[in-house]
Amino acid sequence: MNAFLTALLLQAGYNTALVSIGAAVLGASAGAIGTFVLLRKRSLVSDAISHATLPGLGLAFIVMASLTGDGRWIAGLMIGAAASAGLGLILVEWIGRRTRLTEDAAIGAVLSVFFGFGIVLLTVIQSLETGRQAGISSYLVGSTAGMLRSEAETIAVAALLSGAAIFMLRRPFTLVCFDQEYAAVRGISVRATDLAMMGLLLAITVIGLKVAGLVLIVALTIIPPVAARFWTDRPEPMVLIAAALGAVAAYLGAVISSLDRGLPTGALIVLVAFVLFLASMLLSPRRGLLASALKRLAFQTEVHKRQGLIALARGEAIYDAFTLRVLKRKGFIRADGVATLAGRGAAAEVMRDEARWSLYRKLFPDEAANAPHHGVTPIAETLPADIVAELDRRLVPHEVAS
Amino acid sequence: MTEPAPQLVTHNGRTLAPAPSDSPLAITGMTVSYGEKPVLFSVDFVTPAGSMVAIVGPNGAGKSTLIKAALGIVPRVSGEVTAFGRPYIEVRHRIAYVPQRASVDWEFPATALDVVIMGLYREIGFLRFAGRRHRQKALECLERVGMASFAHRQIGQLSGGQQQRVFLARALAQDADLYIMDEPFAGVDAATERAIVSVLKDLNAQGRTVICVHHDLSTVRDYFDQVLLLNVRRIAAGPVATTFTAENLQATYGGRLAATQVEALASTVTPANAS
Amino acid sequence: MSSEFVQLSLVPMLIGTLASVTCALVGNFLVLRRQSLIGDAVAHVALPGIVGAFLVTGTLAASAMLIGAALAAIIAVLLIELIRKIGKVEPGAAMGVVFTTLFAAGVLLLERTDTSKVHLDVEHALYGNLESLIWLAGESWSSLADPAALAELPAQLPRLAIVLLVIAGFITIFWKELVISTFDAAFAESIGARPGLTSYALIVMVAVAAVAAFDAVGSIIVIAMFICPPAAARLMTDRMGPQMAWSVLFAVLSAVLGYVLAGYGPLWLGARSSVSAAGMIATVSGLILFSCCLFGPRRRGVKIAANQA
Repeated sequence: MNAFLTALLLQAGYNTALVSIGAAVLGASAGAIGTFVLLRKRSLVSDAISHATLPGLGLAFIVMASLTGDGRWIAGLMIGAAASAGLGLILVEWIGRRTRLTEDAAIGAVLSVFFGFGIVLLTVIQSLETGRQAGISSYLVGSTAGMLRSEAETIAVAALLSGAAIFMLRRPFTLVCFDQEYAAVRGISVRATDLAMMGLLLAITVIGLKVAGLVLIVALTIIPPVAARFWTDRPEPMVLIAAALGAVAAYLGAVISSLDRGLPTGALIVLVAFVLFLASMLLSPRRGLLASALKRLAFQTEVHKRQGLIALARGEAIYDAFTLRVLKRKGFIRADGVATLAGRGAAAEVMRDEARWSLYRKLFPDEAANAPHHGVTPIAETLPADIVAELDRRLVPHEVAS
Repeated sequence: MTEPAPQLVTHNGRTLAPAPSDSPLAITGMTVSYGEKPVLFSVDFVTPAGSMVAIVGPNGAGKSTLIKAALGIVPRVSGEVTAFGRPYIEVRHRIAYVPQRASVDWEFPATALDVVIMGLYREIGFLRFAGRRHRQKALECLERVGMASFAHRQIGQLSGGQQQRVFLARALAQDADLYIMDEPFAGVDAATERAIVSVLKDLNAQGRTVICVHHDLSTVRDYFDQVLLLNVRRIAAGPVATTFTAENLQATYGGRLAATQVEALASTVTPANAS
Repeated sequence: MSSEFVQLSLVPMLIGTLASVTCALVGNFLVLRRQSLIGDAVAHVALPGIVGAFLVTGTLAASAMLIGAALAAIIAVLLIELIRKIGKVEPGAAMGVVFTTLFAAGVLLLERTDTSKVHLDVEHALYGNLESLIWLAGESWSSLADPAALAELPAQLPRLAIVLLVIAGFITIFWKELVISTFDAAFAESIGARPGLTSYALIVMVAVAAVAAFDAVGSIIVIAMFICPPAAARLMTDRMGPQMAWSVLFAVLSAVLGYVLAGYGPLWLGARSSVSAAGMIATVSGLILFSCCLFGPRRRGVKIAANQA
């Protein structure tokens, strides 16, 4: 635990601190761009991008190794990775546009074929005379152990620049995600915006390869935005929340990974992100599992209560077991199914509400159709008091009684 | 009814009111919601046997949902459904459902004949394949909708009207007693609409019941004898002649239907149609 | 053909072919259901499934691996459904959450357990080791008739043959259900064809195919074969039967051509060692798909043809 605290508070050496901070910046940028990509419903494009980096990494390594004898220069590898991922991205779009195949098939085809070809190149590298090939396999599952200071700095600076670009482009991104046509009317080129979005996604993916590995970097652009979705419906807070969750996940993952040898960075970042996601899914008061199960039950009870009371008021027999249970629990009927005094009162109240609703529907059909919780919530909780009073004035007594 | 069925158990295990009749489709107190907004609230509807029913209402009134919830395709919050006096699941083979045309992928590698043979699923039986007899029957169904010459065409190469005819042929292959169709006339040409109506009227003349979600108010009187006016709740239901009135339409559509339109529709009442 | 071919190349080539055909068969339904990436997800979660099975049973017996990976696949699919429904996110994103998490768990478990005695690591999981599945007892073609030599065949060969039979049988027996529920799920529900059950059964078959193939050839071929041959077949025909036949042909072609190119291609180019057969098989399947995208007679769908008219 002490080692953990030391690392958490950036006291475990300059390199570890630098890597952790770099990972956090990367996580924030990935969460932010991932949110826009999620809203654009193209999350798994990043899966194709990340796998498509492998042939580029391999080719760049081979070229640099044959020129200089060492293929591990990180900037060169990043350029190669970006080039082949870009080609993969173009192919995904091309297949979707030119053929009847759907995007999921295009993504799957590109990711598996590029990755397969990348592996072919990896076996070529293994057969090269030059040593120092070990570096490249760390890109598969990600490793920050033994990362050079220059590498950590490159990652941190590149992630920071990408983050800044996302910040500057947030307005057009939001508009295009929210309403493509409106954005086009406002003079924003949807195509150019999409291109910028995919370009930044590609950049973040390539930057994160060394940290998270190419199988898992996709998680950093997907899990934080999906988690953020539980806390808000508005795009801008969602971007901020996703960035924060991404930063926390990447930072904690990097810190924990620095503690021991058998703790792969990529896997830990993803698992921390998933824990954050799980907490969001269970506990979010807006759409969390707990909250929505309770809301659903309350709603169902409300529907059955109301339907049961209407049946009581009309003297109809009730057979639905759930309705009977609800009415019994509320004390509206006795065990033998006969209405209690409270039940009769509540039934009369519901019928008065029904009469109000039906008059409201007659007078304002359009508004009624759009009213929230149409027909289940008492009218007095939905409409302003003056309208309810007006409805009551117009209701003739026998309509209330019926 | 030959013998009284005192208590029935539906597929979700709830006890159910004694079936009021052997109506082809009887819906009681059905509520359906997406999230917390009820799409349908406490809808009751008993389909008279041998009738042609139009389900009419504005967009978002829950017309398609009513059908899908009745057939168990979307879950219900409350309510019971019986078909021919039995729980729906027991008499499924007597019901043919025709989904909206837009609900499937027309690029699917299948010919018109392949799609119609899908309607023979129960007849072919578990672990068996379609034989010559089934292909022959499917061809006859295509013939009845005027599509026999397109039997071997890939479905994506058919026009919208032709695709709807193929869907109808698939329903015919099921040889059902109740036909439930979701917007059969949406996006089809006039000739197809006439052909479909004529097939439906033939079915009806043989004593089968037809229920259509319908969006063209001007043809309700010509095509149907019963109407269910729906807008989240049941607004009115009954014979077209007495139910399809200006007042009920106004109540269903509100301001979305101009007063002149309502007048025009309501004035199309003629004694001949009001059978 | 020399005896060296029988000893070193015949069996890997057969295993590659069987694995490719097995995956391509179920892949047809994934591609038509727009669930290609379920294949991707299932292939990824095979790793945690197998590691989990190893932790529980302490062995890498084929049955334990199959069950572990099938369980992992089902858990993954249920989780994806749950997240999609509750989170109201697109299926792709839900899939991304689940398979990366499970894969990460697999990687971590693998690093934390002592699997040094058994052949199991991340790289092996990704691209297998097809070339190592040699048949030392197969000294010549006549060994094919020698029971003693046949008994020495790598276990993966009979295992994959059985799995291929099971999957071909499943598809034949449930052909109607698979086709109807893939084309029109609501209709399938209305006639009692059980589309929900059918799609879970399909997922189980996908998992079984993935695991059996995964052990021999690694997950990357599995994903490529789930998607590329069926996708290429989509561009060749408009009928379901021919579609299956084309996908099998493309799968066989990818496996044989890929294996030959990997084993002998570098030698032709003057290099001394061969390259990854798994990678080359995936590459060839991609080249076939690419050619079909350019020249396949049915490459343009209805919508695209209409737009260009």
